[in-house]
Amino acid sequence: MKKLLLGNEALAQGAIDAGLSGVYAYPGTPSTEITEYIQKSKIAKELNIHSQWSVNEKTAMESALGMSYAGKRTMVVMKHVGLNVAADVFMNMSVSGINGGLVVVVADDPSMHSSQNEQDSRYYGKFAMIPILEPSNQQEAYDITKYAFDLSEETGLPVLLRMVTRLSHSRAGVEISETQKAQNEVKLPTNSTQFSLIPSYARGLYKHLVAIQPELEKNAENSIYNTLINGENKSIGIIASGIGYNYLMENYEDGTCPYPILKISQYPLPKKQVKYLFDTCEKILVLEEGYPFIEEMISDFLGEKRKVIGRLSLDVNRVGELNPDTIAKALNLPIKDIESKPKVVANRPPELCVGCGHRDLFDAINQLKKETQSQQVFGDIGCYALGALEPYKSINALIEMGASITMAKGAADAGIHPAIAVIGDSTFTHSGMTGLLNAVIEKTPITVIISDNSAIAMTGAQDSSATGRLINICKGIGVEKDHLKIITPLHKNMDENVDLIRKELNYQGVSVIVSQRPCVQLSKEKKDRLKHIKTEVLN
Amino acid sequence: MKTNILLAGVGGQGILTIAAVLDTAALASNLYLKQSEIHGMSQRGGAVHSHVRISDNSIYSDLIPLGKADVIISVEPMELLRYLPYLKKDGYLITDTNPFENIADYPELENVYNEIKSHPNHILIDAKKIAKDLGNSRATNIVLVGAASSILPLSEESLLNAIKSLFKRKGERIVEKNIEAFNKGKEIATEFVS
Repeated sequence: MKKLLLGNEALAQGAIDAGLSGVYAYPGTPSTEITEYIQKSKIAKELNIHSQWSVNEKTAMESALGMSYAGKRTMVVMKHVGLNVAADVFMNMSVSGINGGLVVVVADDPSMHSSQNEQDSRYYGKFAMIPILEPSNQQEAYDITKYAFDLSEETGLPVLLRMVTRLSHSRAGVEISETQKAQNEVKLPTNSTQFSLIPSYARGLYKHLVAIQPELEKNAENSIYNTLINGENKSIGIIASGIGYNYLMENYEDGTCPYPILKISQYPLPKKQVKYLFDTCEKILVLEEGYPFIEEMISDFLGEKRKVIGRLSLDVNRVGELNPDTIAKALNLPIKDIESKPKVVANRPPELCVGCGHRDLFDAINQLKKETQSQQVFGDIGCYALGALEPYKSINALIEMGASITMAKGAADAGIHPAIAVIGDSTFTHSGMTGLLNAVIEKTPITVIISDNSAIAMTGAQDSSATGRLINICKGIGVEKDHLKIITPLHKNMDENVDLIRKELNYQGVSVIVSQRPCVQLSKEKKDRLKHIKTEVLN
Repeated sequence: MKTNILLAGVGGQGILTIAAVLDTAALASNLYLKQSEIHGMSQRGGAVHSHVRISDNSIYSDLIPLGKADVIISVEPMELLRYLPYLKKDGYLITDTNPFENIADYPELENVYNEIKSHPNHILIDAKKIAKDLGNSRATNIVLVGAASSILPLSEESLLNAIKSLFKRKGERIVEKNIEAFNKGKEIATEFVS
């Protein structure tokens, strides 16, 4: 059966068909549609596959490991920077190994379409010493996902499946199976110490992880997803990984490239094939999306006998995505006559939606800035990050999920006043809560504004773990009742809101202001559902 | 035969509906298809685009190479021009005339139109008004699909079937309005394409 699917959807369907019992994830572009597809899938519902959003990537991955511990096949999904949040369990579960098949799906975002960096997850896979898979097209995203679960159970290790934006968010017809593999039965690990990483056990397990590396390499050498394609012209041998292969082939209309190609979709890097290319070709061109991961591994460190070129050597663009044109340049193909972009075209950056509650909040913050120039605002990750841009320019710093509260704390410790943290409701439960506890313990003079739109808005208005719980969470953490406030960010409330925020800025301790108004993008169905969730009251 | 179609607009203007019509028609016609789109931050009122590639042979890249787009279809005139480096020599430009002015430095509209008109194969139509006159201003994008239909590698029948199946759940009236929008777009475009 052929179905039109996004790369993300093809991957999700592959997981369902491979006997998945549960997916755990926190939304993040470009990974979000994987979990959403499973949430909407009728078959997944019938098969009772767990698919509810997790509070953050770390809780997601740990839950997945628990499901694997119980013997079932499970998948955990996140964007590249999400893996930083889950890095603790990620690094340690490669030491413990898995029981039921466990696939870690990470979607990288080269060119930073919706991200703050373009980190390459393959380094994490190598760091954890586990197999990495990297599909090149939608069909492979489907097939490789099924294969990933088998590989995980075969090696006893979690497997990293790396996606990139252009594959995640591009559709194609995909041939899918009509049936699903049966889910694993619950079956506890046969080795009773495998999952207890106290040093005496961990040493043995780590030795095992090191010992099986040659086996993983052999797996990659024999993998059907690593193929050597012959070419007559040996002046260049090309290593093309993931979607780098597509961009390469796009340059040859008839589908034949004159140079030998090693197409890579499984790591560790297959040494035998790389060596063959190295020995038979005059030089090696590496085409890989993201960092120069392969190139760095196989090129001569001192550059004295270097015959490897790619992103590291700057023969291919070092930053940003690849595309057919950057690769044409590296291959010295004739330069095309291209029209330039007319001068009349102005930039059109993203902006907050008309009617969005964040707008009214930033208006209030900007009014207060006029009164007190020393005011510093620490932002966070979400739609409201757009408050760092024109016309608001309200935010002075924003780094990563949860940092608003803790950076405000550190700045306040250094003497900055007023120090304001602006954080979304979902980001707050993702990783802001612990920082708030830090500030409460020290009674640090900061004002935390939780801009609560009752959704994970930026990624498409998914349900927020914070909805209906924020006030109780803050009370539980120990925020003083007199300094826990709710405002409604509407233009007509502007003066009142500014007065309230001003008062809290002057308080020499922790204040939390929940600025509450649902996201304007929410569906009618969701808005109705919100009405049924008990409105929180302060007393 | 490979046809590269670049869709342009501002986040929220519905270029993905155009993409969905083309995708559905291509798949029903047993053609190969790749269609990339933008999700996430850039969707919020920013410039968005989608690359649609249709072929009777397998397609490698999800992105259209520079200078290889057969046609650019845009829901907004300035956004059309943003992607000119992708246009093939003598490729087609199709756009709605109505500007979406959510930026302070939006250029003089005349300059935008002149730039478009300097290309021989352009279809510059007030699709929004056409859709409005038909009683459904949300069908602006389908007017543009109709206007582009004669140069797409897809049969009229497959496009109309795609429109029917995509709008079916919104009711018979919406389906009819969109079919009218398609036909009207097609009719008006003939004045440009002779």
